[in-house]
Amino acid sequence: MAEKKPTIGQAQLKLLEKLCNASAVSGDEGEVRQIVIKEITPFADEIKVDALGNVLATKKGSGRNRLRVMLDAHMDEVGFMIVADDGDGIYRFETVGGIDVRQLVGKQVLVGKNKVPGVIGARAIHLTTEEERRKKIPLDQLRIDVGLGGSKIKVGDRATFATRFKRVGPSILSKAIDDRIGVVTLIELLKFAPSNVDLCLSFSVQEEIGLRGARVAAHHFNPDLAIAVDATPANDLPSFDGSENISYNTRLGSGPAIYTTDAGTLSDPRLIRYLAKTAEARGIPFQYRQPGGGGTDAGAIHRQLKGIPSVSVSVPHRYTHTACSLSRLDDWKNTLALLYAALKGITPALLSVDRP
Amino acid sequence: MLSVPGLSAYESPVMELIREKWTPLVDEVGLSRLGSLHGLKRGSGKSPRPSIMIATHMDAIGMMVTSIKEGFLHVTSVGGVDSRVLPGTPVTVHATGSDRDEELPGVVVQPPARQLPPSVGDGPVPLDQLLVDVGLLPAQVARRIQVGDIVSYATEPVELAGDVVSGHTLDNRSSVAALTVALEELQSKTHTWDVWAVATTQEEVTMGGAFTSAFALKPDLAIAVDVTHAKGPGASDWLTHPLGKGPCLGFGPNIHPFLFDKFIELADRLEIPHENEVMPSMSGTDAYAAQVSREGIPTMLISIPLRYMHTPVEVVSIKDVQRTGRLLSEFIAGLTPDFMNTITWDI
Repeated sequence: MAEKKPTIGQAQLKLLEKLCNASAVSGDEGEVRQIVIKEITPFADEIKVDALGNVLATKKGSGRNRLRVMLDAHMDEVGFMIVADDGDGIYRFETVGGIDVRQLVGKQVLVGKNKVPGVIGARAIHLTTEEERRKKIPLDQLRIDVGLGGSKIKVGDRATFATRFKRVGPSILSKAIDDRIGVVTLIELLKFAPSNVDLCLSFSVQEEIGLRGARVAAHHFNPDLAIAVDATPANDLPSFDGSENISYNTRLGSGPAIYTTDAGTLSDPRLIRYLAKTAEARGIPFQYRQPGGGGTDAGAIHRQLKGIPSVSVSVPHRYTHTACSLSRLDDWKNTLALLYAALKGITPALLSVDRP
Repeated sequence: MLSVPGLSAYESPVMELIREKWTPLVDEVGLSRLGSLHGLKRGSGKSPRPSIMIATHMDAIGMMVTSIKEGFLHVTSVGGVDSRVLPGTPVTVHATGSDRDEELPGVVVQPPARQLPPSVGDGPVPLDQLLVDVGLLPAQVARRIQVGDIVSYATEPVELAGDVVSGHTLDNRSSVAALTVALEELQSKTHTWDVWAVATTQEEVTMGGAFTSAFALKPDLAIAVDVTHAKGPGASDWLTHPLGKGPCLGFGPNIHPFLFDKFIELADRLEIPHENEVMPSMSGTDAYAAQVSREGIPTMLISIPLRYMHTPVEVVSIKDVQRTGRLLSEFIAGLTPDFMNTITWDI
């Protein structure tokens, strides 16, 4: 009989679709939280929703000398908050999380818990001057338009891009691959939790606005080590002048991205090497995310308590924080395979050696 | 009609949909050599009867593939596209590279800053630097897509509050819908004149459809129905009109003033709310193509207010569409056999 291990099949894609289409702007993660709790309840030993709204789940192993391993994936996504009612169905909004204002114009959005449809329009090209078109349209000139007359939208409501999940050939397209793909990965790992570790899962809130959920989650769990599972930009597009693209961050199709250094974390070198060796031993393709800016929840976790050895593993995706980001199914499958293999093989010996 | 492509010069998909809808409403349907759809609804008057042409353009703006690089597509625009609305916009690539034509979903993407010329900075990315990603591997793209393939907006239409709809190409499928409403209403009305319902092609580029249909059909009167700018975010000056407060009746050198007067009278009598839209020189619509056809045709322009023109999220009030249809049908039904003799410049 084949070894039972987590896989990405129709059920996992269905769950990813459901989670990607849910709205969970940082600070308003309720819809995703409900789905996560429902999915993990049959498998977790203990589930707790903490003061910030993190879903914290544990699954105890059974062997001796078990490491407490924290896995983190954030539930929140970038989006918008309605900040003023201009009357007659027109609303002013602010962005929540890092969104390039050039990505907003001409998009459909869904506002509030009832997902009221709206659009972000722009002055017709016929009414613009050439000089005007050379400048981006600033946020304070943009509005969400939900049509005429009465609506139940309130100032303070969140909004997301309305893009629906789609599969195209080898790819997945969605507004919220970052980081629902990590959320589903954690759920699958929980279902197949290896007995050699105590698994501590944090489905974290407010990553996009300062890693707030992960910070307190790490305090709660006090784990021996932590792995943040996220989605990272793949900037693997051709350069305008035909020169080689040497700052691609990650490339689609090259497998899970292991972090060495980002703006918030110097990954624990023992964990980097362990993940790379595990991938090599299993023939799982992987890539190192190019050292540079950006960050994940590991940035908050590794500085918690007396220090928590941390690393991040991300699924590469293009067009981060836009209406439609894109990743490859194979990269996701390989990310899950690597994490599962790494969990199964991990022993306290890994951390008993000094950092190099 | 909002989910069906039909870029300028590639109108067949939408034309077929309109033809299907119009066929039971008219006596004859045909196509012009440039692809415009002609529906003839014969009048009850004695032959030879005068005829009126209602021109609504059915073509859409969009893009076209100019080159393919590492699995990504470079595109240019067909019609007036403000490239600032494009990053993140869903599109359909009408691929003709393989044995059978395919519709491939894709998205217009803004390359990361480091892959763009430094001059772009954080300003808008010009169209020639934007790319289309269809989610396929480079080899698949090279095999299935070719230069010259058309790319259409794929944003799904959505109903908003207050009888308002949003989608791409409401310019000018709203007007085709209004004309369809008029044809439906004419089923139970008597009209002495012949009516040419025309869905024109290529308005967004050359007005080629309207020029040639006006020539071919030789109507005595012409009415163009198009969209105009509605008041809304980013647009509130004298060029704009309120959304949902009725159609706009065009006034200016492109319009015969006698017809303008007749329409004002009619709208007032029917209590159809309306606005006057003054156009000091050009209307930028099929009304021009009709006006200068042959020896000249008295022409009227009715416009439906629309927000965010030429973006994938245009917004129109359904009520305005219905009111436009009613106004058209009532005008047609009210045309007397000797109407042409009553037209005067002294009003």
